[in-house]
Amino acid sequence: MSQLAKWRRSEEASGWLLVSPTLVYSILLLAAPLAMVIALSFWTQDYLDLDKTFTLKNYIEAWSEPIYQTLMARSLKISAFVTALTILLAFPVAYYVSFYVPQKRKPLWIFLITIPFWTSYLMRIFLWKVILGYNGVINGSLLGIGVIEQPLSFILYNQNAVVVTLAHAWVPFAILPIFVALEKIDRSLLEAAEDLGDGPLRRFIRVTLPLAMPGVVAATVIVFIPTIGDYVTPRLVGGPNGLMISNMIELQFKKANNAPLGAALALSAMFLVSVISLIFVWLNRKYLVGQK
Amino acid sequence: MKSGKWFKLYIGVFLVFLYAPALLLPIFAFNDSSIVSFPLKGFTLNWFNVLWETEALHTATKNSLLIAVSTAIIATSLGILAARASSRYKFRGQKAVMGFIMIPLVLPEIIVGVSLLVVILQMGFDLSLWTIVLGHVLICTPFCVAILSSAFLNLDQSLEEASFDLGRSKLATFWLVTMPLVLPGVVSSMLISFTISLDEFIIAFFLAGTEPTLPVYIWGQLRFPQKLPSLMALGTILLILSLTLLATAEYFRRRSARKTGIEDAGGFL
Repeated sequence: MSQLAKWRRSEEASGWLLVSPTLVYSILLLAAPLAMVIALSFWTQDYLDLDKTFTLKNYIEAWSEPIYQTLMARSLKISAFVTALTILLAFPVAYYVSFYVPQKRKPLWIFLITIPFWTSYLMRIFLWKVILGYNGVINGSLLGIGVIEQPLSFILYNQNAVVVTLAHAWVPFAILPIFVALEKIDRSLLEAAEDLGDGPLRRFIRVTLPLAMPGVVAATVIVFIPTIGDYVTPRLVGGPNGLMISNMIELQFKKANNAPLGAALALSAMFLVSVISLIFVWLNRKYLVGQK
Repeated sequence: MKSGKWFKLYIGVFLVFLYAPALLLPIFAFNDSSIVSFPLKGFTLNWFNVLWETEALHTATKNSLLIAVSTAIIATSLGILAARASSRYKFRGQKAVMGFIMIPLVLPEIIVGVSLLVVILQMGFDLSLWTIVLGHVLICTPFCVAILSSAFLNLDQSLEEASFDLGRSKLATFWLVTMPLVLPGVVSSMLISFTISLDEFIIAFFLAGTEPTLPVYIWGQLRFPQKLPSLMALGTILLILSLTLLATAEYFRRRSARKTGIEDAGGFL
């Protein structure tokens, strides 16, 4: 018995020893800096001098000033729209690859879907500007075939452009978890639903969709949380009314020299997306358990 | 059958949407016009010549390559340790530890950039290429852990046990038996982190001192309309480079899967 305990201790020790360099790196460069940002958000800065007395001033400013409220609400709204659009675009593709593509060619399809993601990030966003612009691809083609007489100006430099561009950037990340969830579905369950008289639509709603929900939830979290922090897309295609909270965070850290306020804004944004994501995950768990 | 047809139509439209920017890039790179818009004017290689003559671009490229190579080596080393620990050993708090290491996958990059900036400035260090490496290693390590975990999990443990039985030490076994078997996974992990680091903008934007990386340089040039066609040429070169690296990474990943006798399960992500 004591020998067993000893063996377990040694395996335990080996595991910890081996993982420790990576863990220490993450603690030093992730946990410690985040703790520092949290501390900073409760301090104040006067030009280059940091006043380390505890204050809630930054948070009060971040949550009550109309400009920050507007930016935060807009960022959440854009992230939510991007997430919804991404899932809607991704689901049929994941479904197609999982149910219609022969097993042998699935890896190729997944590779095909991830390729555009490796085009230079800045170039990809910039090219959306070319596609959506006043003299861009869409306006050019629509003018060419005579659908419109004036170039459309509402497709670039606004929030719609930000949503489309971000959805394009994130759609591979949504396809993969949904695809994995669909692959795990036992196909005999679908046959059973059919044998019991469910049509294709009922079968989809009652069997496929609930079983695919874990993938949809994962995709939602993977897309929703990082998009709130996107900086480049709003700057390049958003125009004055399409700017998001990260643009303000960057401004505070760099030009405005008010890092504490920037920290409070960044943490508030993270707090809001995390809470919303947790509520979403919790609702899904509850709903799915209720189904059983 | 009818639903299948609609499906195919949708998939076609989706692929056009997905590939639109990647397809436009080479079109404008060879277009003989200083304005990036339709209609096209004619074929030219001029924009690639412009790239050869731009000194600042060469410096930025060297910086980026240095950062990407360093990041690939460090992130893969950290990834090997963590992946080996999580796949070979069971220890208390394993899930929490691994979850914590994977956090940068879902953290907005701006948060990573800002928090590292604050710490580095507070500790009185100067921003340099190495501060960017610190940030890039942090975001690349989770990808390395994911790739290497599957390589280590696919490993047949009895091969290592056989090596122990034949009198090899732990370290010798690791170098002579384990490493050669997971080597394709290691190469694939290095290539992926190299590619991610080469293309990363936000963290580099926050942590770059006076020396720009390639994306930071591109960002600066996007403001000047006359520079755009040569940027398209640059983007085309980068696209070809990324695709070559990824195809190589995929090749090694599949070889790793074959070597360990496991059926291929799909992409790296």
